[in-house]
Amino acid sequence: MADMLLDIRNLRIEATVYPPGEPAHDIIIVEDVSLTLEKGKVLGLIGESGAGKSTIGLSAMGYGRGGVRIAGGEVWLNGRDIMKGGMRGFRKLRGKEVTYVAQSAAAAFNPAKKLMEQITEAALAHGMASQKQAEARAVDLFTHLGLPDPNNFGSRYPHQVSGGQLQRAMTVMALVPEPDLIVFDEPTTALDVTTQIDVLAAIKRAIRDTGVAALYITHDLAVVAQVADEIMVLRGGRKVERNTAENIINNPQEEYTRALVSVRSIEHEEKKPTADPVLVARDISAAYGNAIQVLKDVSIEVHPGQTLAVVGESGSGKSTLARVITGLLPPFEGTVTFAGRTFSRALAKRSKEDLRELQMIYQMADTAMNPRQTVETIIGRPLDFYFGLKGRKKRERVMELLEEIEMGAEFLDRYPAELSGGQKQRVCIARALAAKPKLIICDEVTSALDPLVADGILKLLLRLQKAEDVAYLFITHDLATVKAIADSIAVMYQGSLVRYGPKTEVLTPPFDDYTDLLLSSVPEMKIGWLEEVLEHRTMESAGN
Amino acid sequence: MGQVLKLLVQRIALGLLLLLLVSLLVFVGTEILPGDVAQSILGQAATPTSLANLREELGLNEPAPLRYLSWLGGVLTGDLGTALSNGQDITTQIGLRLGNTLFLAFWAAVVAVPLAILLGLLAVRYRNRWPDKLISGLTLASISLPEFFTGYVLIFFFAVKLRWFPSVATVYDSMSLLEKLNAIALPIAVLVMVVLAHMMRMTRAAILNVMQSAYIETAELKGLSPFKVIFRHAFPNAVAPIVNVVMLNLAYLVVGVVVVEVIFVYPGMGQYLVDHVSKRDVPVVQACGLIFAAVYIGLNLVADIVSIVTNPRLRHPK
Amino acid sequence: MRIPVSALIGMILTAGFFAMAAFAPWIAPYGMAEIVGDVWQPRSAEHWLGTDNIGRDLLSRMIYGGRTTIVIATLATILSFTLGAFMGFTAAVIGGWIDQLMSRFVDLMMSIPTLIFALVVLSVMPVSMTVLILVMGLLDSTRVYRLSRAVAVDINVQDFVEAAKLRGEKRTWIIFREILPNALSPLVAELGLRFIFAVLFLSTLSFLGLGVQPPASDWGGMVKENKEGIVFGIGAALVPAAAIAALAISVNLVADWVLNRTSDLKGGRGG
Repeated sequence: MADMLLDIRNLRIEATVYPPGEPAHDIIIVEDVSLTLEKGKVLGLIGESGAGKSTIGLSAMGYGRGGVRIAGGEVWLNGRDIMKGGMRGFRKLRGKEVTYVAQSAAAAFNPAKKLMEQITEAALAHGMASQKQAEARAVDLFTHLGLPDPNNFGSRYPHQVSGGQLQRAMTVMALVPEPDLIVFDEPTTALDVTTQIDVLAAIKRAIRDTGVAALYITHDLAVVAQVADEIMVLRGGRKVERNTAENIINNPQEEYTRALVSVRSIEHEEKKPTADPVLVARDISAAYGNAIQVLKDVSIEVHPGQTLAVVGESGSGKSTLARVITGLLPPFEGTVTFAGRTFSRALAKRSKEDLRELQMIYQMADTAMNPRQTVETIIGRPLDFYFGLKGRKKRERVMELLEEIEMGAEFLDRYPAELSGGQKQRVCIARALAAKPKLIICDEVTSALDPLVADGILKLLLRLQKAEDVAYLFITHDLATVKAIADSIAVMYQGSLVRYGPKTEVLTPPFDDYTDLLLSSVPEMKIGWLEEVLEHRTMESAGN
Repeated sequence: MGQVLKLLVQRIALGLLLLLLVSLLVFVGTEILPGDVAQSILGQAATPTSLANLREELGLNEPAPLRYLSWLGGVLTGDLGTALSNGQDITTQIGLRLGNTLFLAFWAAVVAVPLAILLGLLAVRYRNRWPDKLISGLTLASISLPEFFTGYVLIFFFAVKLRWFPSVATVYDSMSLLEKLNAIALPIAVLVMVVLAHMMRMTRAAILNVMQSAYIETAELKGLSPFKVIFRHAFPNAVAPIVNVVMLNLAYLVVGVVVVEVIFVYPGMGQYLVDHVSKRDVPVVQACGLIFAAVYIGLNLVADIVSIVTNPRLRHPK
Repeated sequence: MRIPVSALIGMILTAGFFAMAAFAPWIAPYGMAEIVGDVWQPRSAEHWLGTDNIGRDLLSRMIYGGRTTIVIATLATILSFTLGAFMGFTAAVIGGWIDQLMSRFVDLMMSIPTLIFALVVLSVMPVSMTVLILVMGLLDSTRVYRLSRAVAVDINVQDFVEAAKLRGEKRTWIIFREILPNALSPLVAELGLRFIFAVLFLSTLSFLGLGVQPPASDWGGMVKENKEGIVFGIGAALVPAAAIAALAISVNLVADWVLNRTSDLKGGRGG
């Protein structure tokens, strides 16, 4: 046990919450969690939102976010119980023995100070290096992590560099004091997938070369499998399973872990295009205001009862395409033809029938439903509005729809705030179905949900497609989702269509550069995937 | 730096435009009556001759736009006209009183601003505990209290019962600073109470907003001392919002002054304005109204300038 | 639902004040302008609060004065609220140049302190209850406009409003069924604050001699009538001043509770 760095025993974490209009009370966030970490090793903490993974990570620094406090258990670091050191003791270890990399580096850097000052601050405050030494080490690390112009990078302000660069700068900040342990808290979650792979590679390189130990917190098992030696699965503040990364991926013991590993392995047989597409968007160009053109000459078709997945990263114009099709943003060029009719560009000029046949489901089910309406009102309104259903007939139809989304009559009187995330999205699906549409636009409908819940929604959508013969225009940044449900795929990059066709065709080489980059950047649930991709890329660039 | 300069010029130009529009509004505000000013000044006592004379004197026979322009021209050259009620030169009169009002407001601010910031910090430090609750309770009470309530309660106890301070705040030039301060101690106390709670509450919100930022957590996780966290990381970002709060409340103070001066019969702008409103002395009211509005707009302008100058995104563009 | 003690006290007191205003002639022991004794008599069994500066029963005058204060403040609040909320909602939903025009005009109005603006206007206006209500209501409607516009704009960009627009709902449905139910709570809390402001504003004007004119009087005017007594140690002026504070605090307690209960858009049963 000489190499033992961190030993957390029977950790119990509570928080006091202050809900508006209610008396303050305590809730339990983490219960009876124990873990150990040896020097130089990486332990992945994985779980859905509310699993308590960040809270456990921060407890290694004696830190509780908001009203969170460590209520029981011991945290041993380098052979001493840090809970006994008090505030002074915590301050001595933070930024020296243990450092932290946050999810959003953009928020975690002080906007008013230059990067170098912030990056060297901890080392200087703990008297571990002179200004010169710390800066030299930072510049070294900038170079090592592939930051541009390493000698001058530190003289910039946070808002002057990109998100991916900031995330790497934060990693440098964590490394400069030469800590024993770094807590990585979802360091790549906020990034686009093609940026994520670079940051992930940088982090992995940094960990390997400095020999620092790490707690790597994430909700994405495929990501953590690339960097962790061992993985601990958490759920609802309790430990589910802990094993080597290899075993968690290839030989999960617990049912919950098995579900996490097999997430998005939905099999979907691709359908062949039919003669008459339900939606044809031709040569669409659009801009916000008069300034920035966000769509350039985009043409797509959606066939009845099939799914077209529009995939791209932030800024690709995929959501704008949806706004153009719905009429919310009239394009300055191009036409939208729906079921043989040419749609007016502007929403206000479309007929009720046009509107009914084209429905939409949103990313945030939370804000897509009026918080003051019950489930019955929400699902019932399209029935009344489009079909004039009233009273008992309306209620019966609402119950049918609830049945279809695998929810029961007991939800009729509930308000959105009383539903879980998955249930909310299901109600939104029912509302769209109520209009008996020919096409539903699904805008990132699963990206705000935990993986298992998202899986359930995707399965539901596939089943409903079969039953109702409805087509989907599925907008997403997540290629795993695309593979799971698409019949054809449109890849967008910076407002243009870069690749478009049936699923197998789009996903089969030879690829154009961007699609290749995009596809190869999606983490796979496989040990060693990151190395394979990087090697493949090095070979390719050498070949060029 | 070019961008900052451009924004500053824009903001100042906007302030000047606003001032111009406000002068128009103040002018129009005294013209909205269906009759005319002469009629309302003389009221029931009006005879056709006196009306005609007054109209002539006020220049009411000229079209309104022309009158506005000549008034504005006067204002710009420092000539605010003559008072109807006593024929005195308004510029001179205001010159005598503006200083007094600013003196009072200045000392009220000197007491209120540091106190409010200190208490705001305390409220943040003991958030959701009793000092915080006490402070928010006091805020609730203090925004509900009219100035004259606090004013007369203070007079009743400290001037009449205890005889510590005078009940009437008279100041003249030959007094020493200490004598002056003694004279205006009670008005200062009232003004402080008027703005303190508000300023405190807003300071609390501004500091809390900064203290809850992720970069403060980063600083704490570096093991920095609370002192360093606050002065290196919170302070640079809290300056602009706090200055904003202060300026906004000084603007409240300007309005509070009007009532406080009447309570303590203090020879300042507010007393002057109120007296002449009852006398329906339109030129004086216009002049005072414009000056109060100008101070108000000026304070808001300062707040905006500070937040432009301290914004790192603007100071160091990409 | 649990109502905190402070809000309960606020509600009871507020209701008390309004009841007093409604039934003033039946409660007041003497007439409003009736001279019943000497100047500034101390408290006695006959005159619970003593008499005022010209020998009228202070309690009776307080009751009638309260009625004047509450009636004028209520009417001014109703005016400022209906006007401000209507314009604010319209600006938010219609948007475009109409919104721009109205919003810039309100910015201009608000760049002059309300009291100063009121003094300027009152210097030429005949002083009557109608004028007071109009001036107070119009000036204060700018604040209501800002709030309701901001609230409506926030709601208007939510996905559920967009969903209603995509469904093809008419503007009336969007305003009354989607936006209004969600805007109600912040507006109700604001209603209380606007009423307090109206009470304080009216009292200030009357105190300055520019509000309600004698022989009628509101609480602010009564402070003015009796203020000369203060230097002789006679506290008659403090009674109406304290009443104003009490009314304002009571309403504030209720408004504060409403505001705290609904500080976000999360709905739910009875939320």
